[in-house]
Amino acid sequence: MARKKEREVPEINASSMADIAFLLLIFFLVTTTMDIDKGILVTLPPYVPNQEEIDVKIKQKNVLEILVNAKDQLLVEGEIMDVKELKELAIKHVDNNGRDPDFSDSPQDAVVSLQNDKGTSYNRYIEVYNEVRAAYNDLRNKKSQSKFGVNYNDLSKDQQREIRDIYPLKLSEADPTDFGNEK
Amino acid sequence: MFRKKGGKKTPKISTASLPDIVFMLLFFFMVVTVMRETEQLVNVKYPKATELQKLEKKSLVSSIYIGKPTPKYTEKFGTAPRIQLNDAFADKEDIISFIQDERSQLDEKLQNKMTTSLKVDQDVKMGIITDVKKELRKAGALKINYSAVQRGGDN
Repeated sequence: MARKKEREVPEINASSMADIAFLLLIFFLVTTTMDIDKGILVTLPPYVPNQEEIDVKIKQKNVLEILVNAKDQLLVEGEIMDVKELKELAIKHVDNNGRDPDFSDSPQDAVVSLQNDKGTSYNRYIEVYNEVRAAYNDLRNKKSQSKFGVNYNDLSKDQQREIRDIYPLKLSEADPTDFGNEK
Repeated sequence: MFRKKGGKKTPKISTASLPDIVFMLLFFFMVVTVMRETEQLVNVKYPKATELQKLEKKSLVSSIYIGKPTPKYTEKFGTAPRIQLNDAFADKEDIISFIQDERSQLDEKLQNKMTTSLKVDQDVKMGIITDVKKELRKAGALKINYSAVQRGGDN
């Protein structure tokens, strides 16, 4: 009681607080997988109730026909093919400009037709879709590099449209076959 | 009442750590709120792809999960792939009303920007996906996204 001064409560050393906070922060940073949704963006064609057979005359040579069966095998233009070769062939097909009579007349005319079976796995479907997308992305990038000197994704909206008009992605998806169930 | 000489000063509580605590809480909540708000009823292992695009606005995205029911639900629903909308299993007939419901929650100007994210397991067969796509087309939800992960990256 006599010596009050000595009984002052000592200050708690808070300098380690920051360390603890950082530790927790780093812990959460490492452990959380930020759930950013990524994927392949697709625009579907609008639904037409009674789909009449509209005869759209497309020259056979302008169509790159991709068929996938229930066993996940690919048939491209009548030939069995591996998915890895698809991108190159798609580029060749689209960017043909009439050179090879088996492929498209021009990129604007080129159509990719994709048909799968009901038994095709989603994985294979995405792979095929991805390869076609990759082919077009490659072509668009190349074009935008030569024209604007930057990649397609870095262009302004109008410039992107310009490139897109040169290489329009025309992908037609036919109704799936149903041979997978016959066994 | 009495002034004790020297005074029994109330010790100052150090507030130096306060910002740290606040930051800690902030980070914690940041981390927690990112986590998905719906319980996963089906197992989804995303397919791998390279040409990925990010989905920008989360509020404009509604998700449809398709995959095998998780072990908890296999007894009840079997192992055949099922569709999950929000928190419940659904049939493909429910998709149209689901889309309309999601759309009505959006601002009118943004309604045509709505994207439907298909979170489909890589082993699911295309039959069910084609059906879902047809329903989406009927519902007018034409912008869709096939969720996938970057090939070569770790999950």
